[in-house]
Amino acid sequence: MSTIDRSVNVQTRQRTVPPLERLERIFQIEELGASYAGKPAVKGVTMDVYTNLVTAVIGPSGCGKSTFIRCLNRMNDLIPSFSQTGSIRYHGQDITARDVDPVAVRRNVGMVFQRPNPFPKSIYDNVAWGLKVLGLRDGLDERVERALTQAALWDEVRDRLKASALSLSGGQQQRLCIARAIAVEPDVVLMDEPASSLDPIATSAIEQLMHDLKSEYTFVIVTHNMQQAARVADMTAFFSISRGDEGTRFGELVEYESTEKIFTDPSDKRTEDYVTGRFG
Amino acid sequence: MSTHSLTKATLRAEGLPRRRAVNRLMELTAWLAAAVAVAILGVVVWSVARRGAGALDLDLLTKPPVPFDFGSTPSGLSNAFAGSLVIVGLATLMALPVGVLVAIYVNEFARPWVRTAVGLALDVLNGIPAIVIGIFVFGLFVTGHGQSGYAAAFALACLMLPLVARSTIEVLALVPGSLREASLGLGVPRWRTTLSIVLPQTVGGIVTGTVLAVARVAGETAPILFTSAIVGPQLHWDPHHALQTVPVAIFELSESPDPSDHARAWAAALVLLLFILCTSLAARRLAARSRAGIVSSR
Repeated sequence: MSTIDRSVNVQTRQRTVPPLERLERIFQIEELGASYAGKPAVKGVTMDVYTNLVTAVIGPSGCGKSTFIRCLNRMNDLIPSFSQTGSIRYHGQDITARDVDPVAVRRNVGMVFQRPNPFPKSIYDNVAWGLKVLGLRDGLDERVERALTQAALWDEVRDRLKASALSLSGGQQQRLCIARAIAVEPDVVLMDEPASSLDPIATSAIEQLMHDLKSEYTFVIVTHNMQQAARVADMTAFFSISRGDEGTRFGELVEYESTEKIFTDPSDKRTEDYVTGRFG
Repeated sequence: MSTHSLTKATLRAEGLPRRRAVNRLMELTAWLAAAVAVAILGVVVWSVARRGAGALDLDLLTKPPVPFDFGSTPSGLSNAFAGSLVIVGLATLMALPVGVLVAIYVNEFARPWVRTAVGLALDVLNGIPAIVIGIFVFGLFVTGHGQSGYAAAFALACLMLPLVARSTIEVLALVPGSLREASLGLGVPRWRTTLSIVLPQTVGGIVTGTVLAVARVAGETAPILFTSAIVGPQLHWDPHHALQTVPVAIFELSESPDPSDHARAWAAALVLLLFILCTSLAARRLAARSRAGIVSSR
């Protein structure tokens, strides 16, 4: 274990993941494959995502992490050349089926993107607009306040709710996007490298709020920051790039375990190389 | 080339003076070409202004023409200005919604090959000579029904449609995809995302494209000759009948034997020119402002 001892100083918070058999599975993903214009991005992903846990997806650039989580709310449907195989069951229902409305999927599975993308509206309207459009009009002010509080932004913006969201700093904008996502009360919140453009303080605020909110939501977070995965995640999935025939490169799931196991006792050599910083 | 010698002899041997001379010549030629372009505009504006300014007064805009009068009573071209206003206004009402919808379909919903096909169709439509559009509308509406302001407006709308659609497509493409994702990621349907998030970002650009299209068709003569040119001198606003328009009035007055008619034709031309100049400048300012707006919201 000497390799790991002198590796990145990853401290997994001592937390116990209950026995997985006893947890409810929110997503059951089987043999998921995704490709753009016929070129595979990920292949053969089979894993379960558990309710009220934070699941991290880590791996080097180009391993299909983002493609993978964008499958979970059918965000890839917007890309004309995209195609997908395998199945993703959400509470037992296959969301890849033709008769499933992607709008309904996204209503339940919200998303926070890599770069903050607030609407060019006021801070208040950024949160309230989704609520109004989706028909959650009762107690609008309270809902907005609660979402902003949960996203650890309320104290900073309570006096200027009518100001433009674009006047906020990057970290504040990202927390506003999180508030916007959780205000509409989704079941799952997907986060695609939410802290990649943020400073350490904003990053830790976002990690803290994932901690605080995971009793209410299920989080799936993509990150290329291993320390972040170690800090926030209960379960960690490691993706890596494989080479197929004729040198085609695609991403695949190498190992999916509790975060503690991934970082202290990985069973795959590639995982060990990655988490010890010898690769990626 | 063993040395890095910069002596005149070496440079001459490498042909530097000749290259320098060619460079000067090309620069001068390009400058002249640019000067000619500006000069043509200048000469046109100046000659129209010189001949038209004398007859440009309030009567021109407010009084209808008095035929065979040879300038003894104050007369103007109010019927032509009214007709142009009605016809161009109606054409805008027809072309604007259709053009914006075409652009929304192409940019937000169409598959890539459909997008290319519709884009090509718009370019071809934009390239169709105005007189062909005129004949087409003549065959479609005028034969059997007679000329009308509506027919002329439809012809002008055909000319405006590709301009409005093209410029709207351009501004829609400027709206960052992350904004659409933000809305769709909340579980908001696509039509609602387009209507409430994407379109508000493009209003400035759509107005700009429309204003440019208005400037372009306000001076069109050919399609109107077929659709709304057989008119009397009375002022009226009813597009069910043929309406006089500024370009057709200029055309007719220029063929008149009466010198006061010529003066009024020049004055009308000046008004048209000023209108186009002002709208083009306004469109440029709007475009700059809306582009700045979209970029800052990125």
